[in-house]
Amino acid sequence: MSEETLPSERDAHAGELAENPFADPGLPPHQPRRQDIDEKAARSSERTVALLFTLSMLATVAFIASYVIFPVDQNVYIWPIGWISALNFSLGMTLGVALFAIGAGAVHWARTLMSDVEMPAERHPIEAEPEVKAQVLADFGDGARESQLGRRKLIRNTMFGALALVPLSGVVLLRDLGPLPEDKLRHTLWAKGKLLINQNTNKPLRPEDVQIGSLTFAVPEGLEQEQEDYQEQIAKAALMIVRIAPENIKDKQAREWAHQGILAYSKICTHVGCPISLYEQQTHHVLCPCHQSTFDLSDGARVIFGPAGHALPQLRISVNDEGYLEALGDFAEPVGPSFWERG
Amino acid sequence: MATTTESAGAKPRGKAPAGERVADWADGRLGLYSLAKANMRKIFPDHWSFMLGEICLYSFIIVILTGVYLTLFFHPSMSEVTYDGVYAPLQGIKMSDAYASTLHISFDVRGGLLMRQIHHWAALVFVAGMFVHMFRVFFTGAFRKPREINYLFGFLLLFLGFFDGFLGYSLPDDLLSGTGIRFMEGAVLSVPIVGTYISFFLFGGEFPGHDIVPRFYTIHVLLIPGIMLGLLVAHLILVFYHKHTQFAGPGKTNKNVVGMPLLPVYMAKAGGFFFLVFGVIAAISALVSVNPVWSYGPYRPDQVSTDAQPDWYMGFAEGLIRVMPGWEINAWGHTLQLGVFIPLTVFPLVMAFMGAWPFIESWATGDKREHHLLDRPRNKPVRTGIGAAWIALYCVLLLGGGNDIFATRFHMSINAITWFVRIGMFVIPVIVFIVTKRWCLGLQRRDRDKVLHGRETGIIKRLPHGEFIEIHEPLPQGVLHTLTAHEQPAPLEIGPTVDKNGVERKPGRITKLRTKLSQGLYGEGTQIPKPDVEEFKEIQSGHGHH
Repeated sequence: MSEETLPSERDAHAGELAENPFADPGLPPHQPRRQDIDEKAARSSERTVALLFTLSMLATVAFIASYVIFPVDQNVYIWPIGWISALNFSLGMTLGVALFAIGAGAVHWARTLMSDVEMPAERHPIEAEPEVKAQVLADFGDGARESQLGRRKLIRNTMFGALALVPLSGVVLLRDLGPLPEDKLRHTLWAKGKLLINQNTNKPLRPEDVQIGSLTFAVPEGLEQEQEDYQEQIAKAALMIVRIAPENIKDKQAREWAHQGILAYSKICTHVGCPISLYEQQTHHVLCPCHQSTFDLSDGARVIFGPAGHALPQLRISVNDEGYLEALGDFAEPVGPSFWERG
Repeated sequence: MATTTESAGAKPRGKAPAGERVADWADGRLGLYSLAKANMRKIFPDHWSFMLGEICLYSFIIVILTGVYLTLFFHPSMSEVTYDGVYAPLQGIKMSDAYASTLHISFDVRGGLLMRQIHHWAALVFVAGMFVHMFRVFFTGAFRKPREINYLFGFLLLFLGFFDGFLGYSLPDDLLSGTGIRFMEGAVLSVPIVGTYISFFLFGGEFPGHDIVPRFYTIHVLLIPGIMLGLLVAHLILVFYHKHTQFAGPGKTNKNVVGMPLLPVYMAKAGGFFFLVFGVIAAISALVSVNPVWSYGPYRPDQVSTDAQPDWYMGFAEGLIRVMPGWEINAWGHTLQLGVFIPLTVFPLVMAFMGAWPFIESWATGDKREHHLLDRPRNKPVRTGIGAAWIALYCVLLLGGGNDIFATRFHMSINAITWFVRIGMFVIPVIVFIVTKRWCLGLQRRDRDKVLHGRETGIIKRLPHGEFIEIHEPLPQGVLHTLTAHEQPAPLEIGPTVDKNGVERKPGRITKLRTKLSQGLYGEGTQIPKPDVEEFKEIQSGHGHH
């Protein structure tokens, strides 16, 4: 159905020039360049090319010299960039010139001295001639018949079965890439009685350490940077602590889970897990710097803007007998980004 | 004895030149002469836009050369070490061996920083080059039969280039790249049913674990580059086999290819161009810092820097993620995080549209002929409009990906920018499509005008009765041909719903869709009829000066 709607090949261009003003006049005659007719100009081009190649050689020598001369930690002032590594600058520039000059020489040579006569070459259809196609089909038929694959169904079916099953071994081997998730994403290091350790001072926090308008980061007591799974634990347990006057906390449960207005929320964004670090003192909004999800800490850390799907989990805290802030248990819900089993 | 005389008689006296003897040796084993006969003087047409693919090829080679150098010094290990190198601000700080060895390359190995810079810059140029190259091919219709498969190879190279770039800048295990990996974990977790399992298998347990850098390393330096190398070789073989496309012009038809031979002109130009590309990238790497990992510090899951941005080619995916509303469905004890999962699926779909376009177009047009002459973008207004709309969508999302940067640099509200992108990603591509299409039609009218009435000379003539006219000069034959060489296919029609025997024939849904697409591409308002010979002759013979 398509053949009629498509224009026939070269419809507008059939016929002689006399009757068709749009016909193809054919390749225009070659226009000689200056270098083709003036040997002086050609020699000048030759000198330019040779000069570029010589420049490249000099630049390579300069590259080696820079490598030897400049100490790796020396900085130089280059206007308008400023202070940069002398070695990086000199190596890069000399290498750049050495390479660029070769390219410029070759291109100049090709453009001015090599023949620029345009030549046509015939194209041939990609599709095979009908005879070739017939021959190939016949050959394939012979081969297929001789293999008896079509006739002996038992062989065919078992072969397909075997070939389909054998890659399973490879898939099975991937099993030990990692452990099963189980409930690992549901638990953090926080537990009843764990003290809140200030991340900056490494000391347990007291309520009076947390002022209104400040943002404090805390980790659970006992988490040491030396331990093997420090990164995995901090990725879940990181905590941010703010203080809001209790009457300004809009969410009732948040107020109860806080201690005298001191609120402890997971620092890990519920969108895709970036640590939240921007706090607006006046509004008590926190902003994730990665994708700008914004949470209102005065209202149960609910999402007020951005791509996060749910509020930041809150850690229930209190004060122990010695006057230090402590957790009353683990987070009630999984921290960080959502996952299928989260529920 | 007889054999000696015979062989001596068959060949000329004395030994052949050394080069010829080497070639003879190779020919006896590789069939060199037959190969050279077909290719040595192969004709390559010349057009500036044909060098875009070369930029990709050369930057890929540069990436491989510098990448091999970097592997000699980089330790793909997440074992914790205490830094004691020359970079004072980080001395005594605990970090992974991967990060420490990246610092070592940057500060202790002479030229190591330059190799890192060239590697990264060349990778950025590689992806950018592939983008521009793909759109050159798209806008000129170079993807049409017989080149659809080669277009697909190129598209896969672009897609793999994206991912290998992401994996590459994740390796140093600095604060920025670790944040990128954390984002990837969150994205994987959003996949329904299997997401949590994939994440645990990928990271060898909980995020971040100790496996991700060595695993990424193998994929980055071996698996993906290996596939890309195979695709690249296939891409180049097909370019040779199909021969290059060319624009229509005097002497340039669908049945020939006009240009200059591989040896010497194209070899010198293309070979030289490799050095030009390498030279420019080396100079950029000497002057402009890229990914200064030492200023970010080692990765810690509880720390982050502001202005965290992926490399530019991921900015589009980043935009999708940032502007998506936080939809989350909780039901039957499961969570579906659409806010992350939808962008994760839309990103490959938007990409795949570009990959699938040759097949969509050939299906809609029913065109099964070989095309070796390129379209001027103006002569295919709908296709050009669609390409421009795609680029517009990309740019709007890129803006969304950098919403924090725009907000802080230009003192704008981040919420306003986000809302602009949310609406703009649907509206702006449509506007761009309409504008581009009209623009193309305007250019077609201009061409038609030039063909029929000639070129404005700027010479004003006063006629005997006082009227002033501008003299129009008829175009030369070659230009007339070039401006009228394009085809103007008619769209498919549904056809009569009753066949010639009077039996009712109901067109199926597929036929209807196909007709609709074809009407959209070639139907009413999509092309300005090009001048025909009668029209031209009448105007020329009558009042040629108008």
